[in-house]
Amino acid sequence: MPEGPAILASLLVAGAVTVALRAVPFVVIEPLRRSSVIRFLGLHLPAGIMVILTIYTLQDVPLRSWPHALPEVVALTVTVALHLWRRSAVLSILAGTATYVVLTSWLVSGGAIG
Amino acid sequence: MGRATGRDAGRRGDRRAAVRDTIGVGLGLFPIGMAFGVLVVQSGFAWWWTPLFSVLVYAGSMEFLMVGLISAATPLASIAATTFLVNSRHLFYALSFPRHRVDGRLGRAYATYALTDEAYALTATLPEPELTSTRILAIQVLCQAYWVTGGIVGALSGRALPESIRGFGFALVALFAVLALDAIRAARDVPTPLLAVGCALAAARIAHERMLVVALGLLVVVLLVRHRTRGPGAPPGDVVPDA
Repeated sequence: MPEGPAILASLLVAGAVTVALRAVPFVVIEPLRRSSVIRFLGLHLPAGIMVILTIYTLQDVPLRSWPHALPEVVALTVTVALHLWRRSAVLSILAGTATYVVLTSWLVSGGAIG
Repeated sequence: MGRATGRDAGRRGDRRAAVRDTIGVGLGLFPIGMAFGVLVVQSGFAWWWTPLFSVLVYAGSMEFLMVGLISAATPLASIAATTFLVNSRHLFYALSFPRHRVDGRLGRAYATYALTDEAYALTATLPEPELTSTRILAIQVLCQAYWVTGGIVGALSGRALPESIRGFGFALVALFAVLALDAIRAARDVPTPLLAVGCALAAARIAHERMLVVALGLLVVVLLVRHRTRGPGAPPGDVVPDA
């Protein structure tokens, strides 16, 4: 484990790059806000980015070994179905996560054989 | 400042609205923050490094990566390069984050510093008239508060709950899925989410390690092509679902 100052230096570097990535585009984008391309991207990017982030968080789920992504598929279905039905983010996230916790502990430690 | 009372009431209302906006995201951020705190302590750091991580590098997925990178004494140049790749998706957020609605230099500086996935998703999907400076900043402060508090609680509780914590990581998946549904509903458009699925699958196949950056780059290219083929005249607000 590195010493305190080395840890701090690493955090400052990562922090500076992160803030720069968030700040620099505004300087470039601000004058272009009225352009039709930027408005088109502004309307369509959020949905596309969220879809990609969802798939990104699932990309390392093992498909070939037990339980074959079963908890993920079921929990995601519960989340999406509840959200389409009730439109309550709290309810959808809570129910989806609870489903996942119950399924993984039941399928993985319940002695099921893949 | 004769209208101060009315404006204060407006700000209180905005802050209350921000609490409502962020409850769902908080349910995801708090437990994932806890998982992060547990990881920090289990990797041999003192508990108080957890809030330092979350203030100096305020980017959840990058903070998880930093724990491993620092433990392995990774050179600063490699840390800078990795951070650039992992967080380069934030380059795209400025396109639709309503920072122009935030008042004051300090306010805009914080809004930029705290422009996380969650803050972006919550503000980019708000209806235009509800985008006040107080509402946006309160949403961002609350998101960071949930994350930092979760991290401290996780770090202090240490090794007590590792097994159940692992399952709680699914909150992040559910969170993004819910935000995706809300964003799709707000844009009222079917082709874009389908194109995004295609970009994600293609990127996962050709560049697994850098899937996120490649997929987002592809998405921007595909959307630019789509905008071009729609013809220059139509304003973006008139997009009608193809289905």
